[in-house]
Amino acid sequence: MAIKGYIRERFFPHIWCPGCGHGIVLNSLLRAIEKLGMSKNEIVVVSGIGCSSRISGYVDFHTLHTIHGRALAFATGVKMSRPELNLIVPMGDGDALAIGGNHFIHSARRNIDMTAIVMNNRIYGMTGGQYSPLSGYGTLATTAPYTNIDYAFDTVELAKAAGASFVARSTTYHVQQLTKILKQAILHEGFSVVEVLSQCPTYFGRKNRKGTAADMMEFYKDNTTPVGSKAKKENPDLIERGVFVEKEMLEYCREYEKIIERAMKGRS
Amino acid sequence: MKNQNIKFIQGNEACVEGALYAGLDFFAGYPITPSTEIAELLSYRLPQKGGKFIQMEDEIASMGAIIGASLTGSKVMTATSGPGFSLMQEALGYAIMTEIPCVIVNVQRGGPSTGIPTHVSQGDVYQARWGTHGDHAIVTITASNHQDVFQTTVDAFNISETYRTPVILLYDEVIGHMREQLVLPKQGELPLVERLRTSVREGVNYHPYLPREDGRLPMSDFGGVHRYNVTGLFHDMWGFPSDNPEVVHDLIRHLVDKIRNNVNQIARFKEYYLEDAKCILISYGSSARSARHVVEYLRPRGEKLGLLELQTLWPFPHDIVNEKCVNAKHVVVVEMNMGQILREVKRAVERPERVFIANRIDGVFITPKDIRDILRVIQGKGV
Ligand SMILES: Cc1ncc(C[n+]2csc(CCOP(=O)(O)OP(=O)(O)O)c2C)c(N)n1
Ligand code: SF4
Ligand SMILES: [Mg+2]
Repeated sequence: MAIKGYIRERFFPHIWCPGCGHGIVLNSLLRAIEKLGMSKNEIVVVSGIGCSSRISGYVDFHTLHTIHGRALAFATGVKMSRPELNLIVPMGDGDALAIGGNHFIHSARRNIDMTAIVMNNRIYGMTGGQYSPLSGYGTLATTAPYTNIDYAFDTVELAKAAGASFVARSTTYHVQQLTKILKQAILHEGFSVVEVLSQCPTYFGRKNRKGTAADMMEFYKDNTTPVGSKAKKENPDLIERGVFVEKEMLEYCREYEKIIERAMKGRS
Repeated sequence: MKNQNIKFIQGNEACVEGALYAGLDFFAGYPITPSTEIAELLSYRLPQKGGKFIQMEDEIASMGAIIGASLTGSKVMTATSGPGFSLMQEALGYAIMTEIPCVIVNVQRGGPSTGIPTHVSQGDVYQARWGTHGDHAIVTITASNHQDVFQTTVDAFNISETYRTPVILLYDEVIGHMREQLVLPKQGELPLVERLRTSVREGVNYHPYLPREDGRLPMSDFGGVHRYNVTGLFHDMWGFPSDNPEVVHDLIRHLVDKIRNNVNQIARFKEYYLEDAKCILISYGSSARSARHVVEYLRPRGEKLGLLELQTLWPFPHDIVNEKCVNAKHVVVVEMNMGQILREVKRAVERPERVFIANRIDGVFITPKDIRDILRVIQGKGV
């Protein structure tokens, strides 16, 4: 199906600012789904609240736009009741890792089959530019007018430590790679985390003098490197992108099927 | 011979029996005294019938999970107590806004905060009504004995399906932990309301938020043949966000009116000796046990005492309370809080100055003697 077929045209125009990276994530996601040849009825998109979370409204799948930070909890209920569905959970960095941090690590720990996409613009876009747990030390935000003294999470390290069985990172500059990674993440059976560095020119860019949207994407090009590259050894400040973890682990819903079998046997 | 249908169990277990009878498919929860037995028992019982249980990382997640599961067509429940109920409020509002059926059990303990975890209270009556933000309506039901716990749990599922609304079962520690007899009704003995599913076929436009002529909104199992959007934002009949003043106005009216216009259908209550009662006790939950004891004790001693036991607390049955109390000289509300239902009763009756309270707020169960002592004062018989 052509990409356009996956979109709800009556929902447009979208709310995103010109140059916002979130639209590129949407594009990449739909291309990944198209390449996988999935039907619209097998896909559920559950999101929270934020500019990023608006993605759910624009796509012609089963879409559940929930409350701030809790998308993974709602998705867990959907997935457990209908394990045959493919769950995709796009979240903002604040949504996923501040207010939703607890659900993030626990979903990873359970290894429940869904794809969590963290659209990391290092800022609270929707509420107008406050610092997030991914802004990092030394950044500026409307709530850090003197400078931010909070250290940032490393999404990849956090996901790995929490037990996610697929962990990857890409950026809005590297759309080909992003599409490929999203495909892999959706196919992976278990909890997949894909962090996407996604520019917010309106708030993070402006506050931190990062230039235009194009400049911010250039930054992703110049300051990232494939996982395990030589360049990283020479310049530790480079951000790695690619697939960090891809391992087979027992999946939660399948394990619960075994619990049901056991419980039913015990009864007869 | 042992009768399998007669059980001697805790109220929390009676609630589980009622939920399973009503067709519970999915439970998500987080342990908290005095509700924990509900989660424990369901982790054992649900998979035996192919249902699902999950212990989530907190009560916020529990609410999220049951809402997600309900949307796919499951009958769902969670159970908690004060602190957990506080955490659930935002997602509870989401279920109200998106009209997703679910049942939330709050086995009340003393608050505020961690309060008095192992002792009884009825302090969450207003929280059940107004705990989540914004104008809204809610259904809250309670019971005073295990047969009624079973029945009201079944009712809660039926009401939540009928009106597409969350229903709160507001029990309390005494009910939850006390043991008494429950006679299990046979399958088919109590009516069950199943999910009203749309008759719109696959490939035909389905409007998730377009009410039928009778005001009910047929659902389509999420993830099934119809794709639609669900959001906690104000939304149109498609489920698409809208800030159109007319859409906003109509939705809030719809959410409130669908409950308000059915107060009498939702009202459940019991009455004892009201016909000629000069003094009427109004009570609910475990307090109603002591209130009933007082009435049964004083009637043979010539006192014209009656009891109105409320099971539906919200929407408050103002008209029913008004009507029952017309001829009473005194009305005494018996509850274990500072007067939450007292205030509603005063608003309902013709002469609010004749309404008094008999209460305890110290974590100790209110006894018949406590009530009799207060009655003597109210009736001017001295201390
Ligand atoms: C419980 C709650 N607290 C706060 C908010 C306000 N709020 C809405 S979106 C948001 C943060 C959005 O940032 P992020 O998740 O990074 O997404 P972005 O907009 O940057 O894509 C906040 C704080 C809310 N909606 N709900
Ligand atoms: S505020 Fe930032 S994140 Fe939000 S739409 Fe605009 S550019 Fe995108
Ligand atoms: Mg953000």
